[in-house]
Amino acid sequence: MTAAPPPASASDGLDLGALRSEFPIFTARGPRFHYLDSAATGQICRAAAEALLAYETRGRANVKRGVYRLADEATQAFERARAEIAAYLGAREAREVVITSGTTHALNIAAHCLCARLRAGDEILLSLAEHHSNIVPWQLAGERVGAVIRAIPLDREGRLDLDRLGELVSRRTKVIAVTHCSNVTGAVTDIGRVREAAQSVGAVLVVDGAQRVPHGPVDVQALGCDLYAFSGHKLFAATGAGALWIRRELAEELPPFLGGGEMIRRVAIEGSTFAAPPHRFEAGTPPIGPALALGAAAAWLAGLDWPAIHAHEMALAGRLLAGLRTIRGIRPIGPEGLQARTPLVSFVVDGVHPHDVCQLLDERGVCTRGGHHCAQPLHEALGLEASTRASLALYNDEADVDALLEGLEDVVRRLA
Amino acid sequence: MTAELYDAAIVATAKATAEAERLPAPDVTVEEDNPLCGDRITLDLAFADGRVAAVGHKTRGCLLTRAAAVVLARHAVGADPAELRRAIASLRALLAGEAGTPEWPELSMFEPVRAVASRHDCVLLPFRALEVALDRRERERP
Repeated sequence: MTAAPPPASASDGLDLGALRSEFPIFTARGPRFHYLDSAATGQICRAAAEALLAYETRGRANVKRGVYRLADEATQAFERARAEIAAYLGAREAREVVITSGTTHALNIAAHCLCARLRAGDEILLSLAEHHSNIVPWQLAGERVGAVIRAIPLDREGRLDLDRLGELVSRRTKVIAVTHCSNVTGAVTDIGRVREAAQSVGAVLVVDGAQRVPHGPVDVQALGCDLYAFSGHKLFAATGAGALWIRRELAEELPPFLGGGEMIRRVAIEGSTFAAPPHRFEAGTPPIGPALALGAAAAWLAGLDWPAIHAHEMALAGRLLAGLRTIRGIRPIGPEGLQARTPLVSFVVDGVHPHDVCQLLDERGVCTRGGHHCAQPLHEALGLEASTRASLALYNDEADVDALLEGLEDVVRRLA
Repeated sequence: MTAELYDAAIVATAKATAEAERLPAPDVTVEEDNPLCGDRITLDLAFADGRVAAVGHKTRGCLLTRAAAVVLARHAVGADPAELRRAIASLRALLAGEAGTPEWPELSMFEPVRAVASRHDCVLLPFRALEVALDRRERERP
């Protein structure tokens, strides 16, 4: 995603009031609620909430098992959700989408299944900007086969320093796993350059899309990656479901991750054979209600005016960045401008711990996140222990940004 | 509720961490992290005649963690392991809302934290380090 310069007005072409009304929490919590933690969890949209409630109260049955009408309806709804998710990702077909419990589960499937094909000395290339969910699974799975973990360093803006790919990628590189967008700096990775490096040595490219999907539909085919992971709760659906897209040809070759019901073709005491993808990777009862909510959210989101939403989000990000720079003792981290970034800004308040910042902001109804954001290597690379993060989404408005800025002025006055 | 977390006593106490130093020759050193935020304390204890003779620490954390480290360092000197363990238990009880008086009255400054469960670990981090240090000391010198 390459960001265009923001328009003069954040609301050009966008009925923000109507959009916000699709998120029940804003009505429930009133005007003094400024939710700026969407990078952790997005608020649930009405379509997702209604789909979840409808399944649990009127359509609840297990999927892929029963032949009675209710079970058949549940199975059909589940597969429709898969198709809606596939469409949001630009997948060729629904069977390329594995329903998971979220990004972490998805990346653990990726790491386990891909590392099963590696040998001692093979290399897995990550980056210093990764969420722990895209580091630890590779360490665990890689260790079992003796694979070596390497990492793309960061440039001075906190972006992946892709100029270093030439020296980091070799015939030993079998997997490259990188974030599509950093959950700390908001920097968007140039996946095209990473893809070229991966393809030059025949490496598999895994992309962590958790922070990218809330900002509009994705085209995994255009990206040219092999696997793409994300969580439903960041896509304004329920917690408990996410997805892993696996390019069909690759999915056919991969072994299962978890074993159990639903993922088998035939089971005997002497040994078992496994179902075709995606079911091979979906052992046990899936998170049916959350998956239906995710499908509903994807379908609703796919119909929105994303150029207008993008302009709105980036105008707010610009307002936030500009405001932060006027407050003494506050240092934004990450990219300086709005190009190739998501509407997420992390920052340091000199002399004040991020948890204390967040606690005081909470007095004003401003919800932000403080800490290392499950990205300790990134913070270490930037010479930080922790930071405060404000992450915006399609439903935020100028009042949210202004409440944050006023709160930060108060924090500096009281504690800095 | 939040305002009470940042009353003058806690803020002033936390600022005293700037004067804290490590011990040159501790009997026990423990490093403990708060996994949630990466805050870290390195706690040194020196013992003489079964009691704490000196406390050193380097604390990287929020105001609550730093204030708790300062209170610990102030009161631990001269205490024996039994008193230290009572102090740890009394702080946990205070945060849990149980009746009773804390072993060290100054621990009462953390009463406002009781209502904010997400910050209990901030206050407890230095005391968790103390507990690990005592366990290690007992294992090494039963």
